[in-house]
Amino acid sequence: MTLAETERRQRDYSLTGPGARHAIETGLASAEWYHSDIPRKTMKELMRRTDGPATRDTIIWFGLLVLTAAGGIATWGTWWTVPFWAVYGVLYGSACDSRWHECGHGTAFRTDWKNDAVYLIASFMVMRNPVSWRWSHARHHTDTIIVGRDPEITVMRPPNVPRKLLYFVGIPDVFQHFWILLRNAAGHFSADERDYIPDDELPKATAWARRFVAIHVLAVALAFATWSLLPVMLIGGPRIYGTWHMVMTGLLQHGGLAEDVLDHRLNSRTVLMNPVSRWIYWNMNYHVEHHMFPMVPYHALPGLHDLIKDDLPPANTSILDGYREMIPALIRQEREPDYYIRKDLPPVARPYRAEFHALDVAGH
Amino acid sequence: MADWVDVCALDGIEEEDVVRFDHGERTFAVYRDLDGGVWCTDGLCTHEQVHLADGLVMDDTIECPKHNGRFDYKTGAALRGPVCVALATYPARVENGRVQVRV
Repeated sequence: MTLAETERRQRDYSLTGPGARHAIETGLASAEWYHSDIPRKTMKELMRRTDGPATRDTIIWFGLLVLTAAGGIATWGTWWTVPFWAVYGVLYGSACDSRWHECGHGTAFRTDWKNDAVYLIASFMVMRNPVSWRWSHARHHTDTIIVGRDPEITVMRPPNVPRKLLYFVGIPDVFQHFWILLRNAAGHFSADERDYIPDDELPKATAWARRFVAIHVLAVALAFATWSLLPVMLIGGPRIYGTWHMVMTGLLQHGGLAEDVLDHRLNSRTVLMNPVSRWIYWNMNYHVEHHMFPMVPYHALPGLHDLIKDDLPPANTSILDGYREMIPALIRQEREPDYYIRKDLPPVARPYRAEFHALDVAGH
Repeated sequence: MADWVDVCALDGIEEEDVVRFDHGERTFAVYRDLDGGVWCTDGLCTHEQVHLADGLVMDDTIECPKHNGRFDYKTGAALRGPVCVALATYPARVENGRVQVRV
């Protein structure tokens, strides 16, 4: 094997292989992470829960879903139908991800049954098993972008950039997700899933997978029975034609940044965005802040950003700016999988701590 | 039975809040509720060994700062995933304006 071939070899991202053993042996698993200093009193204010913002946003979300679906159905068969489905698709196939995420954390609403209800609906829309993904995301927060530990690493090295482009139309993502639901519905869980889902949660995961599969199968059956695409335009289809915004924002979260470090300033990206994208994304563009302090609800993240921004690398100024930084890094990682973007910190920030990880702070 | 151990002045804990209390090799979380009552649990989350004193107290619950799992800090019961195992609780009281725990 040539050196070039060795460098291009895919790292082992499975949760039960050598990467997992390496993470545990080197102390990267369940480790102590860097946090910016925030006085307790201020932190309590930031963490404070309220139902107001999420109730307002959820009413708007469901209201727009109903209106755009009604508009799409009423204009079906004409070109006037396109803008209705374009909006419905993003509300369903992209906004579902942020609602799934925030309600999974239990931070969106103060009233927990509201978190659980929206979490289940959003899990269905995004085609994720609501039980197993809750555990998967907990692991993502314990071991963020730690190879062999984090089950939610979206951009594995070396990245396949053309394949990532297909994700913008849900390929193969949506089919992989549905296959996982089918597998779970049959009671089968992979070794990776069994690594982070407790055994006594598996029957619950199977039951929810069966419900989700049944509803999707019903939509497809209805489409065949009526010989119309409308049922799948309403259910399931938006994960293909409306998922682009979720992918566009999601890739920016960690793409091109460091692996195997214990400082979210090195492996997560904060991107300033337009207000529409921030509403769809529920402020997850403040991603360093979210990972550092997952207790802070989405509506308080801009305030948290203002408070600690001098301790963080400068935020990317727009989605375009984020992609201008990330894409060249991903292309370079195709040839040099060990390459990553290391952002400079403001002079007043606490420096990256070499003792937290094996990072060469002078490199890259 | 263990002796009562001094933690801090009652004013050292805000209402509906929690402080960390290290004693010997062990760490605890000491709470003050809205009625002036004080409570004590183990200091680390049963899920991933994170200090609960950095978390959020809401009514009778403490939410872990790392994964948002919740416990009833008065009974120790695990209320919300990813926590599944209950917290150990310990007697706590206020004596002459000081918070004491028996651990």
